[in-house]
Amino acid sequence: MTRDRRKWPLYEVFIRGKRGLNHVHVGSLHAADDRMALTHARDLYTRRNEGVSIWVVRSDAITASTPDEKDPFFAPSGDKVYRHPTFYDIPEDVPHI
Amino acid sequence: MTDDHVYLSLAEGSEEGEARWAFGTGFEDPLHGVDTAVPEELDSRILAAYCLALGDDALVLAQRLAEWCTRAPELEEEVALANIGLDLLGQARLLLSRAGQAEGAGRDEDALAYFRNADAFRNVRLAELPNGDFAFSIARLLVMATWRLALFERLTESKDPVLAAVAAKGVKELTYHRDYTAQWTVRLGDGTQESHRRMQRGIEEIWPYTGELFTTAPPEREATEAGIGIDPATVREDVEATLRQVADAATLTLPVIPTLTASPRTGGGRVGKHTDALAPLLTELQSVARAHPEATW
Repeated sequence: MTRDRRKWPLYEVFIRGKRGLNHVHVGSLHAADDRMALTHARDLYTRRNEGVSIWVVRSDAITASTPDEKDPFFAPSGDKVYRHPTFYDIPEDVPHI
Repeated sequence: MTDDHVYLSLAEGSEEGEARWAFGTGFEDPLHGVDTAVPEELDSRILAAYCLALGDDALVLAQRLAEWCTRAPELEEEVALANIGLDLLGQARLLLSRAGQAEGAGRDEDALAYFRNADAFRNVRLAELPNGDFAFSIARLLVMATWRLALFERLTESKDPVLAAVAAKGVKELTYHRDYTAQWTVRLGDGTQESHRRMQRGIEEIWPYTGELFTTAPPEREATEAGIGIDPATVREDVEATLRQVADAATLTLPVIPTLTASPRTGGGRVGKHTDALAPLLTELQSVARAHPEATW
């Protein structure tokens, strides 16, 4: 497949906030190259003091599950209650659980 | 704060921030902890004139950048240019406020921005030139950002504590403006034949106005002698070295920076001599404030 050179590719943007522990997906943007994607992400998604770190990745580099796979992928975990750590007492001072 | 929308939860939480996230949170006041009284040993007339000149540079260039809204080649670039314009507008507000305070005639930032005519503005003429194409605007912004950054880095040592604080805030902003425009200069200059031609043309079109940036006008000479300001002639070497580095990477040719006395028009924006482009820019900038002089916002 030949890529349309007149159009900038799509990138997905992940930001780690001051309060956040991990990068979270916040949206997407168009850019001609990786460096420009980072610059655009800075201008589009951190204008209101949201972020301390940015990841960008080309959307076509992401492999995603499809809605067709929903049942075989996710339904089987729906009744495995024993997989949740609800049978333990979690001490008050253990964060992020 | 709820985490209903993951993006909102990124904004730093604070007591006020919780309710006002839409206006941003966790902001720093650039003048926090700075004594804003004009120091007695400083000549307030000189301070006012110098802050006015630096403030006008930022205000006029911010207006030109705002003109790119709805006209930029890509949505993302439109936001980028608007952000840079708003950084400059923020600098202009602080500097014009300081100028008004030092002047002591009761004029605030709005009075200075909206109720002066073109001949009372003291910005360099490079700031007021019409936008031209994207390459022209990038060339102008690259030169202005590099020049202003060199001045602001040195102004952090100003004897005026407010000017020093404004400069310290501005250095971070201007560093980004310079990097943003340097990236575009290289991308266009070292891009296609057409983008190279347009970038080179942009450089050549703005070049006659670069001499003025390094010419010491009366407000700057007085401010330098008073320890308030910086003689722009002293940053020429640094600025030119940076611009040559960018131009080399971009395969562009930089002409020699003209000296003002050798250019066809003597004087410049710092003494109130402007191009015909400034008055229409101000008409638009000032139209709402002049139509509704009692309005508040």
